[in-house]
Amino acid sequence: MIILIEMQDVWKAYANGVMAVNGINVHIDKGEFVYIVGPSGSGKSTFIKMMYREEVPTRGKILIDGTDITKLKYREVPFLRRKIGVVFQDFKLLPKLTVYENVAFALEVIEESPRQIRRKVMEVLDLVKLKHKARFFPNELSGGEQQRIAIARSIVNNPPVVVADEPTGNLDPENAWSIMEIFERINNNGTTVVMATHNKEIVDRMVKRVIAIEGGMIVRDDKEGVYGYEA
Amino acid sequence: MRLRTLGRHGREAIKSLGRNSWMSFASISAVTVALLLVGLFLTVMLNLNTIANQVENSVEVDVFIDRTAKPAQQDALKQQIEQLDHIKSIQYVPKEEGLKEFIKSMGDDADVFKSMQGKENPLPDKFVIKTTDPKQSITVAKQIEQFKYVDEVRYGKGYVEKLFHVVDIARNIGIVLILGLLFTSVFLIANTIKLTIVARRNEIEIMKLCGATNAFVRWPYFIEGFLLGLLGAVIPFLLIAVGYREIYQWFIGKNYQSYLFVKLIPSDTMTLYLGGSLILIGALIGIWGSMTSVRKFLKI
Ligand SMILES: Nc1ncnc2c1ncn2[C@@H]1O[C@H](COP(=O)(O)OP(=O)(O)OP(=O)(O)O)[C@@H](O)[C@H]1O
Ligand SMILES: [Mg+2]
Repeated sequence: MIILIEMQDVWKAYANGVMAVNGINVHIDKGEFVYIVGPSGSGKSTFIKMMYREEVPTRGKILIDGTDITKLKYREVPFLRRKIGVVFQDFKLLPKLTVYENVAFALEVIEESPRQIRRKVMEVLDLVKLKHKARFFPNELSGGEQQRIAIARSIVNNPPVVVADEPTGNLDPENAWSIMEIFERINNNGTTVVMATHNKEIVDRMVKRVIAIEGGMIVRDDKEGVYGYEA
Repeated sequence: MRLRTLGRHGREAIKSLGRNSWMSFASISAVTVALLLVGLFLTVMLNLNTIANQVENSVEVDVFIDRTAKPAQQDALKQQIEQLDHIKSIQYVPKEEGLKEFIKSMGDDADVFKSMQGKENPLPDKFVIKTTDPKQSITVAKQIEQFKYVDEVRYGKGYVEKLFHVVDIARNIGIVLILGLLFTSVFLIANTIKLTIVARRNEIEIMKLCGATNAFVRWPYFIEGFLLGLLGAVIPFLLIAVGYREIYQWFIGKNYQSYLFVKLIPSDTMTLYLGGSLILIGALIGIWGSMTSVRKFLKI
């Protein structure tokens, strides 16, 4: 297996002194699907944010595709971000842009050619099954549909990794499952998926690797894991 | 950068100018007021400067030689003068030449004096002295007055100093006033653009998460600031350029050029100076204003 993400003795103390991550070592291979679970405040979001360099660890190395991203120069960060799709609990769509424009936005800001943009956006809208709503605005869609657009945006540039922080947190079970179906499909196409979640039902039924974090440390890492906490 | 991208940045900039039209209007007005003063100041200062230079170059000390002086005594006087400090040049002008010059300077009224050429020439021979520094002409003149065979000494009598003094004071007051106004404009532009940015913080965040470079994020704001500054330069430029043309025409029309022995900067040249400097200053304060407000928001 090819290692895609590797953390070596990673620590993170926030400016206010909170120790969010305390010595994490982990490998994630190309094509894996990983759940990050753990109690509130245990450091899951911090773990995810360090992967796309929204936060920089206080100590340790994070290798992505062989590059230590903690050592990146400021101007190199955008090029890391182009290799990592990010999905949030609150979707972060732009309300004044249509579905199509929201997805195209991700390519426009990295100066993709208009022809490529058209092709890739239609392709990815097809993948999330929302081609027919391309001209809708976000507020005309259900929460689940909005999240599918956000996922489409995160993968439209075909990144090797997609990280998601509680992507089903705002959704009812039915919509949550439609999202998981899409992540599964993306993963089957070869994209690595790392997802922080509190959703016991999903973790226990769609069985994948589970990494549990408590107090900023990995306390469990099972190839075919379970959620392991009370819902 | 590709042209298509530049087009995109331009459209974004214009869109946000329209969206914050009141703040845009306020910043453009501030730039307008500031540049109006800058333009007036420039016009006045540049002209005062050329006038001062013209006068400076014409500041000579004329030493009229006593008619009784023989050539040898004239030579001795010349040597005496040459020994003084601050002498740049000394030129002997015999009375015939002096009269010719005088006739020439009278222009149309010269005919009356033409008959004086020859024996009746009322002018004495003279030395024309240039000092190394126009401010020294008084000292030099006072010293020469003491020498033998000197009939009379004429010099700028301090009006050059006064002119320079006025120019200096005007310059200092103008600079302070204008700096204050320019800073106000920068501040207003910075705030206008900050409003745009705050309204679009989410957009910037998403851009950065999608891997947009800082330059890409910055461009529309850069252009927005540039446009604010540029639009602020339009009215001052037109107003002053047209106004100056009128004044210049009037000055020429009344023939003041030849009465006052000074030339103003031609209005075409002045229009170029004004256009260049106002556009440049406008653009710079616009860009400066926008860059100060963007910087904080790029740290994602
Ligand atoms: N920007 C920040 N500045 C200071 N402290 C922070 C910051 N972000 C998170 N923390 C602290 O770091 C710790 C870990 O937070 P983190 O958000 O990673 O937890 P989490 O596992 O994602 O929690 P949740 O399940 O509630 O989302 C918490 O104690 C939190 O208060
Ligand atoms: Mg979290």
